[in-house]
Amino acid sequence: MTSAVSFQKVSRHFGSVRAVDAVDLDIVPGEFFAMLGPSGSGKTTCLRLIAGFEQPTAGSISIFGERAEGVPPYRRNVNTVFQDYALFPHLNVLDNVAYGLMVKGVGKPKRQKAAEEALSLVRLPGYGARRPGQLSGGQRQRVALARALVNQPKVLLLDEPLGALDLKLRENMQEELKSLQKALGITFVFVTHDQGEALSMADRVAVFNDGKIMQIGTPEDIYQRPRTRFVADFVGSSNVLPPDFVQRYSGQHRWGSLRPESIRVGRAAKGDGVAARLVSTNYLGATTRLALDADGLRLHAIVPAGAKLPREGEAVVLTFNREHLHLMDEPA
Amino acid sequence: MTLTATQAKVAPAVLPRSGGLRGALSDLFWRRPQLLLLLMLLPPVLWLGIVYIGSLFALLLQSFFSIDEFSGLINREFTLKTYGDLLQAANLDIILRTVTMAALVTLASAIIAFPIAYYAARYARGRWKALFYLGVMLPLWSSYLVKIYAWKLILAKEGILTWLLAKLHILWLLDGWLSLPIVGGNSLSVSATGTFIVFVYVWLPFMILPVQAALERVPGNLVEASSDLGASPGQTFRNVLFPLALPGIVAGSIFTFSLTLGDYIIPQIIGTSRLFIGQAVYSQQGTAGNIPLAAAFTVVPIVIMGFYLWGAKRMGAFDAL
Repeated sequence: MTSAVSFQKVSRHFGSVRAVDAVDLDIVPGEFFAMLGPSGSGKTTCLRLIAGFEQPTAGSISIFGERAEGVPPYRRNVNTVFQDYALFPHLNVLDNVAYGLMVKGVGKPKRQKAAEEALSLVRLPGYGARRPGQLSGGQRQRVALARALVNQPKVLLLDEPLGALDLKLRENMQEELKSLQKALGITFVFVTHDQGEALSMADRVAVFNDGKIMQIGTPEDIYQRPRTRFVADFVGSSNVLPPDFVQRYSGQHRWGSLRPESIRVGRAAKGDGVAARLVSTNYLGATTRLALDADGLRLHAIVPAGAKLPREGEAVVLTFNREHLHLMDEPA
Repeated sequence: MTLTATQAKVAPAVLPRSGGLRGALSDLFWRRPQLLLLLMLLPPVLWLGIVYIGSLFALLLQSFFSIDEFSGLINREFTLKTYGDLLQAANLDIILRTVTMAALVTLASAIIAFPIAYYAARYARGRWKALFYLGVMLPLWSSYLVKIYAWKLILAKEGILTWLLAKLHILWLLDGWLSLPIVGGNSLSVSATGTFIVFVYVWLPFMILPVQAALERVPGNLVEASSDLGASPGQTFRNVLFPLALPGIVAGSIFTFSLTLGDYIIPQIIGTSRLFIGQAVYSQQGTAGNIPLAAAFTVVPIVIMGFYLWGAKRMGAFDAL
């Protein structure tokens, strides 16, 4: 099967900066693919390479089997939802949504009908006459989505589209985007720096760092079985354990990771475990996050709210199930 | 920690007013900001209201007087006779010529300014941006008269332009153009084309800067979004860039249009002997001593600009100023 998007050894260098460095990537048609990474990790540049705003310095890109190097954005059947939406301020909502059809020469009645339908799809029917300036952030986001979807793209690119929304709205939009993608069957490529967002929405996640892909896999893979220290730390702030520590519990001299929720915190001198001291507690609502010091090793544990907690500075004993200790591929 | 804690205990919650009139005034202005505003606005409002608008009003009044043709004295009785004189063929010709020139100069300035402004707004950064501002503003720092006389030499029959065209073996092109009626003449420096070239040169910065300001406010991702949605560069220009730059173009054209309407020095030095409005005003109030007709001529650009601004306002041109 041809990939929706395929990168072969793609690099994009800006002077001496290797924004994207020899990336191989295959996105399956119809999947919801997330590119996750900190800012400057190259994920947005990858998106722009697919859209055609950037050209690769080396390597080749194909979209549904067709070579895309040197093809300008306006000849790619790929549409983008921009981070700050990039709605045309001088056009009303309907004309914004119909823009893609207008430049393709679709007649006015036909394109306006299609634009109305796209607006209904994103639950904004009847908003056509308004100006983008009169809409809220969430509404603008939907208009940007409708404007891209009305062109029936082969791939929809989303550049941190939920970044500017408040928490409640963001959660709603996450669900909506996911069900929209399921309903339409279009390949979605989603860029985000929010690991929660990537894990909850995507079928597969690529974790970026320093212009390279650290790991590609299902959200569960990425979360439960990080391959490198970076992935373990970036996705869900796992505890990264040094080889000497890991050797004591698994017998292998390798880097390991342990999820904060896998650590149990008990009173001192009860059973065997890791002796530690409670440094601080952070109340997070449903859970409480504890910062612990185990003989110089800084660890974090997450316990359910309402659990009886030791006082800050008190000595505690940490226990965990050994099968929760994950050994990473990264050499020691 | 302990140091700041003791300080906090000693420090008063409300600081004493600084002494004398200054302290009292500061507090008064803070409590009544409108008073400060009034004080700041009073001098410029008086200047604008009495000296500026007042004298303009006096001028307007003059245009409703008439001149006694025999004695040359001004008859201070309300009449529309002077405006009737304005509609004589010779005077109408002057008005038409000036307005046509102003419109052409504005159009040419907009066409030349756009790419320059686009480059400055989109691509120029740091040192190149500074160089752009310097390049645009530098001509404004030197004397207007010096520049015009320089152009007279450039455009003269013995000037560098004729020489260059002769070297390139395309002098026949210039000769052909100069043999045309209306735009032609003995040389560029005594033709309407020459007047046009110098007008465009002198007013171009006033077009470039507002267009650049307007383009500067167009986010770069709108151009990307347009391209992403399938628009070719030409379509992006027509549907996104041009409409968004239009307020800047209109703002710039207000300058180029009104400055050309009122100028009397450029057509005096470069061009034909046919008059422009500015020259007509100059000669009517000077040698001819016909102040009412000069005043009536002055009203023409005011009325034209009034209509122009009204139209421009409806297009939202003043957001870019």
